[in-house]
Amino acid sequence: MKKTSKTAQLDRRQFLQVSALAGGGVIIGMYVPAFAQQGPGGRGGPQIPWSLAPNMYITVHPDNTFTIIAKNPETGQGIRAALPQIIADEFDVDWTQVKIQQADLDPRYGPQNEGGSRATPVNYDPMRQIGAGGRLMMVTAAAQQWNVPAGELTTGSGTVKHAASNRTATYASLASRVASMQPPAADAVKAAYKDPKNFKIIGKPIKGVDNVAIVQGKPSFSIDFEPEGTLFAVFDKCPVFGGKVMSANVDEVKRLPGVKHAFVVEAAGRGANSLASGVAIVADGWWQANNARKTLKVVWDEGPVASQNTITYLAQSKQLAATEATKLPPEGGRGGAAVGNAETAFASAAKVVEAEYYFPLLSHAPLEPQNSMAHYKTDGTLEIWSCSQIPNAQNPALGAGIDPAKITFHLVRAGGGFGRRLTSDYDVEVGKIARVVTEERAKAGLPSVPVKLLWTREDDISHDQYRPAGYHFFKAGLDQSGKLVAFRDFVASTNSVIPANEYPRGFVQNFVVNSAPVTPFDIPTGALRAPGTNGVSFVMQSFVDEIAIAAGKDPLQYRIDLLNNPVGDAPGGFNAARAKGVLEAVRDMSPWNTRASLPKGSGMGVAFQFAHAGYVAYVVEVAVNAQKGVDVKRAWCAVDIGRQIVNPLHSQNLVQGAFIEAMSHMMAWQITIDKGRVVQKNFNNYQPTRMSQAPVSVDVKFLQTDFDPTGLGEPALPPAIPAITNAIYAATGVRIRQVPLNSAGYAWV
Amino acid sequence: MAYSLVVNGQTHSVDVPADMPLLWVLRDTLKMKGTKFGCGIGQCGACTVQLSGNAVRSCQTQVSTVGARAVTTIEGLSPDGSHPLQKAWLELDVPQCGYCQAGQLLTAAALLVKIANPTDAQIDTAMNGNVCRCGTYLRIKEAIHLAANGGRRA
Repeated sequence: MKKTSKTAQLDRRQFLQVSALAGGGVIIGMYVPAFAQQGPGGRGGPQIPWSLAPNMYITVHPDNTFTIIAKNPETGQGIRAALPQIIADEFDVDWTQVKIQQADLDPRYGPQNEGGSRATPVNYDPMRQIGAGGRLMMVTAAAQQWNVPAGELTTGSGTVKHAASNRTATYASLASRVASMQPPAADAVKAAYKDPKNFKIIGKPIKGVDNVAIVQGKPSFSIDFEPEGTLFAVFDKCPVFGGKVMSANVDEVKRLPGVKHAFVVEAAGRGANSLASGVAIVADGWWQANNARKTLKVVWDEGPVASQNTITYLAQSKQLAATEATKLPPEGGRGGAAVGNAETAFASAAKVVEAEYYFPLLSHAPLEPQNSMAHYKTDGTLEIWSCSQIPNAQNPALGAGIDPAKITFHLVRAGGGFGRRLTSDYDVEVGKIARVVTEERAKAGLPSVPVKLLWTREDDISHDQYRPAGYHFFKAGLDQSGKLVAFRDFVASTNSVIPANEYPRGFVQNFVVNSAPVTPFDIPTGALRAPGTNGVSFVMQSFVDEIAIAAGKDPLQYRIDLLNNPVGDAPGGFNAARAKGVLEAVRDMSPWNTRASLPKGSGMGVAFQFAHAGYVAYVVEVAVNAQKGVDVKRAWCAVDIGRQIVNPLHSQNLVQGAFIEAMSHMMAWQITIDKGRVVQKNFNNYQPTRMSQAPVSVDVKFLQTDFDPTGLGEPALPPAIPAITNAIYAATGVRIRQVPLNSAGYAWV
Repeated sequence: MAYSLVVNGQTHSVDVPADMPLLWVLRDTLKMKGTKFGCGIGQCGACTVQLSGNAVRSCQTQVSTVGARAVTTIEGLSPDGSHPLQKAWLELDVPQCGYCQAGQLLTAAALLVKIANPTDAQIDTAMNGNVCRCGTYLRIKEAIHLAANGGRRA
């Protein structure tokens, strides 16, 4: 399609790039360094070499429709609409004129990750530049064509208008002129940004771009893509982490109906994205491949992790607390903090509160099980279709034993991510399996075919990177007035870290956070939605609630009072005014101040959290019956993620969904380890929240404060858990110090 | 074994093992990808299809038990996406990741045939076997009411 490429001199200020399209259109792109100012992408992301090659974001077609590139992976967070919305609005076209196209993995697009709620902060300004730069070129082209001042021109619906002479030109009619123009410099483009009050697409309720395909059951997800001739694979791994195959009856398995290949895979690589030892079975259909596992017999060397158990971790955490809790963290130690002298302050406190809190390992359990499809070709290249949140050619390359440069990587919609697909072990596995299949077929004179690897739900829950467990040992000291004067949190760590800016740090004169590791602890851990705070918010916001009750104060006002009295500088970007803002907003939008009139057995709880640059506060109403039946009735939520909500329709959905996920964490989800293996296997003993358990309403209010827009995938989850458990305390007088609640006899009504 | 299946009004002949779940006959043999695999044990509802108008878990339905009963999948809920529930799902922007929604729609469609205007409690009872990991339940429920109400917002 591309006919000519105008490679403008690489001026530091000039970053846009245009190319003519055969047939009269134009492609508008951007040099990637425009992203470089924004810093790297999501946490744990690969280092992508910055490229000076231009990408293509907008294609102006001769019929005056527009294809806009969605650069990031879509897992349900709505980014496939959100980023193109920003371009389309600044370009000043109608959303109905736009067709969205998913980008492949390509360094020219800069970071293409989903994680850490980073997509909006990283991409908001670059996407505006592309759209505004394109619009500026259209205006300049029309001004030249009509020989009128650019200032007399307006745009809208993909056209440029000159009111004085009643002339209109479509963007398509200006395309060839634009393709031969020198693109404008960055400062000129920024000066051409729309006034946000004139946004027509940003901040508007835009619907999910794949919704029509989804409700009609058209192939939309990674699991659905299946070229002609595809073979299907399962990969059987040791139930004990790190276990290895000693021997397996692969010859017997190969004789089963439909089975084409069965072979032992040796472990390779290190860390999360490594290749585990296991047995691959490849068949004509996936059910046949998976059914063959009933016949498969593997002798495993289970390795050292087989001696580890959850109950041992908990027992050791208590021992650590007994010997280590009063010690101060080492200077500069990771995750530790010490301000003032907490021990002295405890000794002179009017009141002391102590409590132990626990939260368990968690599996992510996105509804689409892990899968990936690869086609290893006889020329030594590999093409992969994957729903990874951090697509990275190094993963299939490790599996296949080839150079990452020989990988073509397609991004496919994922049925949920929640952080599970930040680890792409399935991409490593499918690389290996696809290569062996192609090589075995070549020996038999058969052409190469794609291989789709699909895990079972049991594979997924047993071989995850788990949210670390939390074992927290708290002590607080209050003065005569109930003011919090000393605070200590000792953490027996399972790869967990307390965020350095975690409230109430910065608002207590004497403050200690210290930790010591549980050892041995060899369960793989990773990021679950809102890593760092998804469990910590439960323990911190619950213990702060206990302190407020001990002080005889309104728990919501007590949090605000603390925020009003900072000790020194606020740590790590925490903005007390924004935290207060969401607390006051949720108090005012909810019936918090009339909660005393609730009937016996009902109560309201509050919690807030600063997570992933966003501030979120909840008030929740619950009722608890005499049989420990919990009914979460209603929730109110105030969110501050800056001045611009890109898509309010999907944003409301994300907050409501985060609340409902939090209910799963609170009531039912935990991963326990017995003899080095995961006990829970499927949704029957890892129950997600169901419709009847969801509250009647989750009212959401976005405050839109004057700060740069930040992400929403994560921050609405963490404080929902303590808001509910604090409400249970208000309803019953029983303080919840351990989740999930079903392990203490609670259930949904 | 050879079986004759009526799927979305069309008769298909398939030669598959008797114990093969209908889910995998649909996905792997008939190449109809709308019905989703989620858990394989009838816990999540992602694989929901209708058998003679009743919502069932196709991962728990062996092909040999289907017989002459009509199978309806998401591809056959309507020829063109015009089922009132499909329209309501779009109107309210229900999906997040979208993976469970085919199963949600087929359960909801079976409900509306039996109870034209269900209460919240009746919707809860009917829909409780369908997990939405993203938590879109509030919108699903609202969309069922919207469809039951002829597309008019209450």
